[in-house]
Amino acid sequence: MKDLYDTQRAMRNVRQAAMQRGVIALLDIGTSKIACLVLRFDGPDILAANDGIGAMAGQSRFRVIGAATTRSRGVRFGEIDAMQETECAIRTAVQAAQKMAEVRVDHVIACFSGARPRSYGLDGSVEIEEGLVTENDIGRVLASCEMPDLGPDREVLHAQPVNFALDHRSGLADPRGQAGNTLATDLHLLSVDATAIRNLFFCIKRCDLELAGIASSAYASGISSMVEDELELGGACIDLGGGSTGISVFMKKHMIFADSVRMGGDHVTGDISMGLQVPLAVAERVKTFYGGVVATGMDDREMIEVGGNTGDWERDRRTVSRAELIGIMRPRIEEILEETRARLDAAGFEHLPGQQIVLTGGSSQIPGLDGLAAKILGSQVRLGRPMRVQGLPQAATGPAFSSSVGLALFAANPQDEWWDFDVPAETYPARSLKRAVKWFKDNW
Amino acid sequence: MTRPIRDPAPSKWGYRWQRWMLTPGVRTGLRVGVPLALVLAVGGIWAAQDGNRALVAETFASATEAFRNRPEFIMRSLSVSGADEPLADRITKIAQIDFPVSSFDIDLEALRREISDLEAIAGARVWIGEAGTVRIDVVPRDPVALWRTVEGLRLIDGQGVFSGRVETRAERRDLPLIAGQGAESYIDEALTLFRRAGPISDRVRGLVRRGDRRWDMVLDRGVRIALPSVDPAAALDRVIAMHTATALLDRDVSIVDMRMKTRPTVRVSKDAVTASRNAARDLRPIEAMQ
Repeated sequence: MKDLYDTQRAMRNVRQAAMQRGVIALLDIGTSKIACLVLRFDGPDILAANDGIGAMAGQSRFRVIGAATTRSRGVRFGEIDAMQETECAIRTAVQAAQKMAEVRVDHVIACFSGARPRSYGLDGSVEIEEGLVTENDIGRVLASCEMPDLGPDREVLHAQPVNFALDHRSGLADPRGQAGNTLATDLHLLSVDATAIRNLFFCIKRCDLELAGIASSAYASGISSMVEDELELGGACIDLGGGSTGISVFMKKHMIFADSVRMGGDHVTGDISMGLQVPLAVAERVKTFYGGVVATGMDDREMIEVGGNTGDWERDRRTVSRAELIGIMRPRIEEILEETRARLDAAGFEHLPGQQIVLTGGSSQIPGLDGLAAKILGSQVRLGRPMRVQGLPQAATGPAFSSSVGLALFAANPQDEWWDFDVPAETYPARSLKRAVKWFKDNW
Repeated sequence: MTRPIRDPAPSKWGYRWQRWMLTPGVRTGLRVGVPLALVLAVGGIWAAQDGNRALVAETFASATEAFRNRPEFIMRSLSVSGADEPLADRITKIAQIDFPVSSFDIDLEALRREISDLEAIAGARVWIGEAGTVRIDVVPRDPVALWRTVEGLRLIDGQGVFSGRVETRAERRDLPLIAGQGAESYIDEALTLFRRAGPISDRVRGLVRRGDRRWDMVLDRGVRIALPSVDPAAALDRVIAMHTATALLDRDVSIVDMRMKTRPTVRVSKDAVTASRNAARDLRPIEAMQ
């Protein structure tokens, strides 16, 4: 636990150094594509100059100066599977983005969707000594949270304090400086497989880059594709990616739950490939051009040419109707959404005040998905696209880039994490001595 | 599954090379340093050949020469102002400028120093005047006294600086004469004394500095007035007062000693002593008779 704390602190220092230099790269390592954005920070004084005009959510402080996407290689279910190939893909993306930005980037913030994220809600409380809450007290109360058993080979990815309570008052965002006796906190902790993080570290290092932060891609897509009141009142973001579907539930602008379903668009492609007996590339093409989830009478007559690409152009020419294609795609998408529904139910999503569900990610572009999702997930479903940030190329504004854009927001104004606060360096003897002194004071 | 046709991943070294080329220092080096080095190298190789260097030097020299010899810079005459005829002749001789000459070739500062070094000149200004004239403006030293030394008679100005020589006293009858060691440092005092001489001024031959301390005023017939070192003018005034009252200096005295303020002493000449003694002897019987 302590070493992770140190690693995260080191990453935070690297991020601060990158902010000082003004250039940072964001790497979204997905199953179907790897996207790299290069951000240039203009410094906080730009913001002060036109205060109240364009500074919504702080994103006017940076500008995207480079963007590149490449086909992902060696990534399965959002985890690095073949390191050499992933490294190649990361190099491709970073090189192209650097070329566009015309600047060398050394620091990278990465996100990934897989690695079996698991959410824990922790709470802790502590007595305040001076009557006023200080920064030190927050560090103490965060340290007082009881650490759950994460299981073997698990690491903490996010540990964000989502709520503070002071005596009877709950829902405090920042209790510093307030008077009270007992400070309690709720901490959302997200753990992932340690091997995935290790592989990511290693992969980034092999590309001569330095890791300045890691984030869950479900979290990143949530902050970029959900609007402010959805984040405030409660909502879920479902990032339908290639290899896995990320779920993040937000309330009061904090992520309170995250999970992932290990199914995504690639499985749909696989189904089409198997069902229609065509290669994966053809299946992918057919899916993106003709895919859908709601069949109509018209679709029976719309014939799609698929070839086995066996070289036998004379014999191997087949056509399928679009209805057939939809018939293959729909069950898989239903399955994904059902699974998502189950995860949300398990998280108690129905108890939230707002139950807006935002579908984003590359697979959310399937026509008719919102109608299907409304049937399975509930009525409040919308398709989300990432927030517009300055300098983002038109090609990178689609829903497939919501986690990349979310990383930019994450880099520009990161949420407090547990490791942003100093852990009180109290040792037991010192504490017991203090307690003894207090006992004497109280009794004499 | 068919493999993608081409997977455009950069090689590790290609990636590193590109990153290196995007490093700001390297970019600046390539944009500025390489052209600079190239130009320097080409220039260096060209200049390494003696002929080329000589060519450059020659071209430069001829261009400079041509510029210097432009008619605007040609000096044609020398004009000396503030000096009398013989001094101006000397200055012209010293300057030794062969006209016409370019103004760049005249070292005005050296010329000024040379002229200022002349004894008869207190200060000089040398400048390039209009119409190709080298102008020399001198302030000659004004001699105020003659100083007799073992080497002869010298002219001396108010600051005690020699400004020339004369052969005989007769050449400058208008100037007072001083002599003695250290006399040149007390010119002002000497001049004051000469001015205060008043009624006896036509009899004054000169002032002699004694022991670098005090003055002796020498009159005709070898009469001396020994003046004190402190306030000699007042002492001289007293002597003159005595002279007006008793015609002291018309008598046969050899030294009027004023060195002690409270006791002026007169030394009578030897003949006068004898004469007065004789007179006393001659008068005694007459007194006895009375």
